[in-house]
Amino acid sequence: MVELVWLIPALPLAGFLLLVFFGKRIGEPLSGWIGTAAVALSFVVTAIVFVGLWNKPEHTYSLELFEWIPAGDFSVNIGFLLDPLSMAMISFITFIASLIHLYSIEYMHGDDRYPRFFTYLNLFVFSMLILVLGDNLVMTFLGWEGVGVCSYFLISFWFEKDENARAGKKAFITNRVGDWGFMIAIFMTFFVFGTVTYSEFLPLSSGLAQTTATFIAVMLFIGAIGKSAQIPLFIWLPDAMAGPTPVSALIHAATMVTAGIYLMVRVNPIIAASAEWLPWLIAIVGIATAFLAATIALAQNDIKKVLAYSTVSQLGYMFLAIGVGGYTAAIFHVITHAFFKALLFLGAGSVIHGMHEEQDMRRMGALRKLMPVTAITFIIGWLAIAGVPPFSGFWSKDEILAYALAKSPILYVLGLITALLTAFYMSRLVFRVFYGDARWGESAEKEVENLNEHDTETAAEVAHDEAHAAHSHHPHESKWKMLVPLVVLAFFSAVAGVLNLPFSHSTEFLNTWLEPVVGANEASLNLSGAKLTFELALSTIIAIAGIVAAYFVYLKNKLDARLIELPFFANGWYIDKGISDFVGGLGQKGFELIAAFDRVVIDGAVNGIGRATRGGAARLRTIQNGYVRWYALMIALGTVLVLVFVLSQVSFS
Amino acid sequence: MTTSLLASASPSFPILPALVFTPMIGAAIIALLPRTRPELSRQIAILSSILTGIFSIVVLVKFQTSDDGFQFVVTQMWVKALDIKFILGVDGVSLFLVVLTGILFPIALFAAKPEHDPKGYYGWLTLLMGGCMGAFLALDLFLFFLMFEITLVPLYMLIGKWGHGRRVYAATKFFLYTMLGSAFMLVSIVSLAVLAKAGDGGAITFDFTKIIASDNLAVSTGRWLFLGMAIAFAVKVPSFPFHTWLPDAHTEAPTAGSIDLAGILLKLGTYGFLRFGLELFPEATVWFAPVMITLGTIGVVYGGIVAAMQKNLKRLVAYSSVAHMGFAIMGLFALNNEGVEGSVLQMVNHGISTGALFILLGFLYSRRHTYEISSLKGIAKVAPVFAGIFTVVMLSSIGVPGLNGFVGEFLVLLGTFMAHRWWAVIAAVGVIIAALYLLWAYQRVFTGEPDEENKNFPDLRTSEKLAILPLLALIVFLGVYPKPMIDRIEPSVNRILTRMDQQVDSYEKPSTQKGSELGEITVEVKGEGGH
Repeated sequence: MVELVWLIPALPLAGFLLLVFFGKRIGEPLSGWIGTAAVALSFVVTAIVFVGLWNKPEHTYSLELFEWIPAGDFSVNIGFLLDPLSMAMISFITFIASLIHLYSIEYMHGDDRYPRFFTYLNLFVFSMLILVLGDNLVMTFLGWEGVGVCSYFLISFWFEKDENARAGKKAFITNRVGDWGFMIAIFMTFFVFGTVTYSEFLPLSSGLAQTTATFIAVMLFIGAIGKSAQIPLFIWLPDAMAGPTPVSALIHAATMVTAGIYLMVRVNPIIAASAEWLPWLIAIVGIATAFLAATIALAQNDIKKVLAYSTVSQLGYMFLAIGVGGYTAAIFHVITHAFFKALLFLGAGSVIHGMHEEQDMRRMGALRKLMPVTAITFIIGWLAIAGVPPFSGFWSKDEILAYALAKSPILYVLGLITALLTAFYMSRLVFRVFYGDARWGESAEKEVENLNEHDTETAAEVAHDEAHAAHSHHPHESKWKMLVPLVVLAFFSAVAGVLNLPFSHSTEFLNTWLEPVVGANEASLNLSGAKLTFELALSTIIAIAGIVAAYFVYLKNKLDARLIELPFFANGWYIDKGISDFVGGLGQKGFELIAAFDRVVIDGAVNGIGRATRGGAARLRTIQNGYVRWYALMIALGTVLVLVFVLSQVSFS
Repeated sequence: MTTSLLASASPSFPILPALVFTPMIGAAIIALLPRTRPELSRQIAILSSILTGIFSIVVLVKFQTSDDGFQFVVTQMWVKALDIKFILGVDGVSLFLVVLTGILFPIALFAAKPEHDPKGYYGWLTLLMGGCMGAFLALDLFLFFLMFEITLVPLYMLIGKWGHGRRVYAATKFFLYTMLGSAFMLVSIVSLAVLAKAGDGGAITFDFTKIIASDNLAVSTGRWLFLGMAIAFAVKVPSFPFHTWLPDAHTEAPTAGSIDLAGILLKLGTYGFLRFGLELFPEATVWFAPVMITLGTIGVVYGGIVAAMQKNLKRLVAYSSVAHMGFAIMGLFALNNEGVEGSVLQMVNHGISTGALFILLGFLYSRRHTYEISSLKGIAKVAPVFAGIFTVVMLSSIGVPGLNGFVGEFLVLLGTFMAHRWWAVIAAVGVIIAALYLLWAYQRVFTGEPDEENKNFPDLRTSEKLAILPLLALIVFLGVYPKPMIDRIEPSVNRILTRMDQQVDSYEKPSTQKGSELGEITVEVKGEGGH
């Protein structure tokens, strides 16, 4: 049954090819259904393959399709590696992707480029599956770039707005900075091992010189930072929210952005062979990103921006997990996060849809009565991400924190603070959207005026949309195609914790499953009864504290929210602005300087020599009459003379 | 050596001369046609170029994959006193450049029509095709030089007469610059022929295989002669700092001129480096390699940066060619299989992608009569097919894996990494810059709401789609399955590198550390890290 593994990426590829050529003719809604069917079938095959892999004693299967790039000593194949890690990845990818496709059939209804959307979405799923199924670094890179391209297409899907087109470009170029590191890592890997195939070089990693291993690991980490939006390359992800909301759910929350984590887990033997400071670096970048993004999320007013920064923050947790040696915990959190963050984004999409494309939380409120299904499922997602037991996020986040504590209490405390912030900003979001007063419709105008007084940042934007807001209809609940994915995801967000419950070895299914891939390099964690209880209890208290605090601030108005939503946070610590200013200012000046150098110095020298020669040859002026036909005649004449000479010399020996 | 190189017997039909003379005869017929029948000259040009294209495909099909020598060799004594012969032959290195010439010329003829004087236009273009074929196939130094020079005249005429704006300035600059380079080459070629005399029993010879076999150059002589050739080729490529003729030539050239200039003519430079540099002067090649790699690396980064700052689309693509050809130079002088094979792939893939880009820019120009980025906006909305095709070609040019551009660039960087690690690390930055300048240009030209001037931009016609289709197919095919191509290139590259290994004591093929103690690398990483 495992032999069918090639079908898993082949089905979305077939969907893509069908839609790219005939999508326009197929039209809406059939193209949406075809796209959905391709991915859903891929999920079915994944399930079949899973059973096959389960029954194989070694839980590993590789399939070589054909030789891709052979040159000299170098060779890579188009080949798949099916092992517990890739199996875990493709399972949730195809599952969530199917649901999001279904959701999009309704969400994208009426869009001018409806078939195109599903074309890109299928291509994305194909690339993502190549990324995790590839049996060598270059295959992974193929998928890595493929998802990057699809992300670019989909972020700027509504490219008529300049802002969206810019966001897509920014995402791609920022990612490319990371890709630079990835490529160098591939070169170094080939240089030392003579191969880039995982099954061939990973077992040899333990014999690697420490500096070499560190070099490869750092370069791969740079790649991971780009793709998974960590400091300092996280700046593209919030802008990526310009894409349609299902894209944010699928690509910029559940799947693509976790590719960096997948990559680091995949090469865990290299990390193990690296210098001591490397895991520290990963952990510090991870927790710093987690904390920073959480503070930014506190002060955002756009519902999708909150979720975007939240994603950056959660990805930070996953890198923290890798840095402290909790590889299973990282994958565990990848999976639970995929469920609850996809749910939250889709829920946000449902809200945006129901509010007639409104994304500003200041014009929402009290929506739970009008959108009951969206509200209930969203609340489940909120409890999951906030870390309230027994929802899934609680278990996966707690496992990461347990590993962090084993490595360093400082990492643990920072992790807890971030958890508190997470519970707080997510509660803020839920209270502002689903509870409190209704700030849409008739009351909108007044509210907006109040807001304008102390928020100059978005004043212009708000004023611009004012007329629109006043005319908006009543919010409404979405149709079943959007609600079914919400309900299913809510179910899994609630219960996915059972994948890896910390109470005994027999409940740690994911640990056992991933053991062959990461077991050798996983940090040992000894969670005895008392310690476990303490940690679980503390996490619970933290989560509830965050929620209660938000309750008092946003529903009871006991504290002015402006004391928390600092402009410094709202503007993302000015990091994005700083980088943009540098690139647009000094960076562009530098580029212009080089271009001017080319024009003035290099080309100037060429023309200068030309002029000098012409000046010196003043006596030959009669020939230099500037008529092209004259030059042409002379050239032709010369050619003819040469030819005549040459032809006269031909001998037919 | 000579006999083994020429081992494969000539086929009964002289197919290589047919490649050279079919377009040349076509050009001669066009020259004899009356001016009053312009459509006839177009038909003959297309017919002769397609026929040549078919011949080139036949060569590709009949090519012996594992044979490392020259195939389909034709030898005809020409100037007996100087031992100048008409020798044509093809090996894995030139094979795909020949096929590229055979494919790209008919497409260029289809895709763009002249605005005036069709007769001359078609005549010069077909002559150019014959010259390119001749230069790629020539195995006699004099014949090569002749063909190399023949290509100058048609392009000079095409730019000067059918170009835009400052066409005379651009054409003259192009002509004088490349001519100057050629002068150095001529000196080298003649010296080589005379010096070969000493080793070959007293007769002057221009025969490439004989000169290679004679192998009696003093080290310093070899280096001087290499330098003479290198100047000509570096101008042609063009390599930094000899590149400034290219943006002018491209900007003013008519569409077909740009397609063939970027697609084929620049490769005469890199091909020249490979055939008449690496193969002819192995010692000097090894000696100059660090300099050349440096120039290549500068070209990659510098070309990309300058491209990003251009306001004219054609200038932008021209500078992107400087960057892409920088990769081709790097790969050649990495002097290992990965690098050299990657370089040949890069030559062909750049021809396909940049050729396609210029075709698309030609379509754009025929609609809007401008290449200025600032006067274009929002075209994707009104011309989605055009935008979609442009996107694919752009991604190929950026080097996205799965499309053709990636394979060559990746192998070049890989090869360079093994030879001169830190140059590869720097040049890989070019990959970021490529995304920057192309996506930025795309964003400004294609996205947003089209303004008054651009909102009636018509989408591609069927004939235009057909013209670009073969290149799109190649972009995808060579990205997914480059193996058949590499399989044919590799034996010839092996031949060249093996000879280098035999002749040059100081040469050791840069390769992986596989099999050696993994610990040894530590020292290297640390040592080089200190720079």
